[in-house]
Amino acid sequence: MADKIFIKGNEAVARGALAAGCKCFFGYPITPQNDIPEFMSKAIVDAGGEFVQAESEVAAANMLLGAGATGVRSMTSSSSPGISLKQEAISYMAGSGIPAVVVNMNRGGPGLGDIGPAQGDYYQSTRGGGHGDYRLLVYAPATGQEAYDLTIKAFDMAFKYRNPVMILGDAILGQMKEPIVPWQPELPGDEEGAEWRLQGTGGREKRLIKSLFLEEGALAGQNQYLQAKYEKMQGEIEYEAFETDDADLIVCAYGSIGRIAKSAVRKLRKAGHKVGLFRPITLYPFPAAPLLEMAKAGKRFLTVEHNLGQMVDDVRLSIRTVADSDFFAIYPGNLPTPDEFEEPILKSLEGK
Amino acid sequence: MTDMNEKLVFERPESVVDRATHYCPGCHHGVAHRLVGELLDEMNLREKALLIGSIGCSVFLYNYLDVDAVEAPHGRAPAVATGAKRARNDCFVFTYQGDGDLASIGMAEIMHAANRGERIAVVFVNNTVYGMTGGQMAPTTLVGQKTTTCPGGRCRDKEGMPIKMTEIISQLGGVAFAARGSLDSVKNIRTAKKYLRKAFECQTNNLGFGFVELLSACPTNWKMTPVKANERIGEEMIPYFPLGVYKDVTEEGGAC
Repeated sequence: MADKIFIKGNEAVARGALAAGCKCFFGYPITPQNDIPEFMSKAIVDAGGEFVQAESEVAAANMLLGAGATGVRSMTSSSSPGISLKQEAISYMAGSGIPAVVVNMNRGGPGLGDIGPAQGDYYQSTRGGGHGDYRLLVYAPATGQEAYDLTIKAFDMAFKYRNPVMILGDAILGQMKEPIVPWQPELPGDEEGAEWRLQGTGGREKRLIKSLFLEEGALAGQNQYLQAKYEKMQGEIEYEAFETDDADLIVCAYGSIGRIAKSAVRKLRKAGHKVGLFRPITLYPFPAAPLLEMAKAGKRFLTVEHNLGQMVDDVRLSIRTVADSDFFAIYPGNLPTPDEFEEPILKSLEGK
Repeated sequence: MTDMNEKLVFERPESVVDRATHYCPGCHHGVAHRLVGELLDEMNLREKALLIGSIGCSVFLYNYLDVDAVEAPHGRAPAVATGAKRARNDCFVFTYQGDGDLASIGMAEIMHAANRGERIAVVFVNNTVYGMTGGQMAPTTLVGQKTTTCPGGRCRDKEGMPIKMTEIISQLGGVAFAARGSLDSVKNIRTAKKYLRKAFECQTNNLGFGFVELLSACPTNWKMTPVKANERIGEEMIPYFPLGVYKDVTEEGGAC
């Protein structure tokens, strides 16, 4: 299975899910993620699983809730407006401890926006997105290989924490074809989730999975439990630090934009500029501690995003005691090249 | 003490938990719960049953039945049931939904789950009013019926006619059984149980989607005594919502 295959990022996500033992997929068409349900409609059935094209994103997310409650590895995918519709069920899943993987191939917004790449769903992804206090573990792959690898990891994490996990990509990642090396992880046995999943009592005590807590103090207890879970998730932070050691300026960018920024950084390095790249791979939990270390070492920061300034909040929160970050926005609706990053990077490097 | 000659003729079904319910006097949820519990016992389904709870007064059904259960967002129980059944085909999956839940916010989910022929059973409790939220107008509220959001009585021109769900559902291809029963009399309760059994069998026999509407009383929000509320079902609801079997593929001689 070590041979390279040449596929779209969307298909890399789908193949990663299958490799991770995903047995149920519930989808609804929306551009630019249609390759995922189209691929799954055959592949997951061939693998002995279930595919449903739901009547809406709302229904797809609730099918995911139902399948997840039975302890079966399940996934849905969508793009920005569709993800908004899925938020109700995602809040319920977070509130009742149901593991699932949700893929968002971020497109331009707000509203119907466009079908091109964007990063305007950062807040929605990292701040809960639906009602109530909750968080998702959010992975932001920058390459097809990462999309494959992180989707596999997302299933493990969803079950480790009994929480929905999000893969946040965009139209660049989803639509671009590149070689990846698929691999087969060791899969959990049938015992995964055996201590909580629903499959009929079969003689044991009945189980209830819910997010309604009316007795006085019960909801406070549930929220304490959830917050403790999110605290534990801090141990899962991942990031890429590229040429940061001797850099004077750190460019902070994630996903596809992180990859484009890396090209800009590489080029500026060749020209002798002391710049580096910090690319968060987990957007929640945000890798604040390593960023703070860089700030304490006296580095400057420039956050570049394909939105009007969202992750820059997390960068600033991370380093606020010692430093600040400049910000450069690529307006959704435009596709950036590495060259476009050079001027803002050089300006920031010179403190202008 | 018990006389040795006494004979026990009526027991709590094993599937029903021994605890007091939170329902108002004269509410029919207790009767509906009992029918479901009796059938889970009689059909030997309790240990493989998976209840999809919904929103409204009946959300606490999961406290009264001794089965595995998961809570669905308002209206989405048929979608949650679809996911659960697809994931665990060996489970007996059923939803229990009120009229606001099923016929208003959850209209899309019930229609499409039925049309796909999901192997699930749906118990639809229709009392023509939103109960838990305090007596607002439902899609099934009768014309002229006063609620907190149609204080002058439901007006056909402004609010439309009450939706007849069983008639609609029975038109869909994936449905194996659709019927409307009532819980206002012993005779009707017995018939309702037969309907529920048929709906459950559609799943256990892999025939398709099973749907039973149960006309029920809500004395509190109807602002009636339990006796008067019960009478209203026969006098006002049944004439508009006729009882009976609307679709039965076993009688039609084939699966859908």
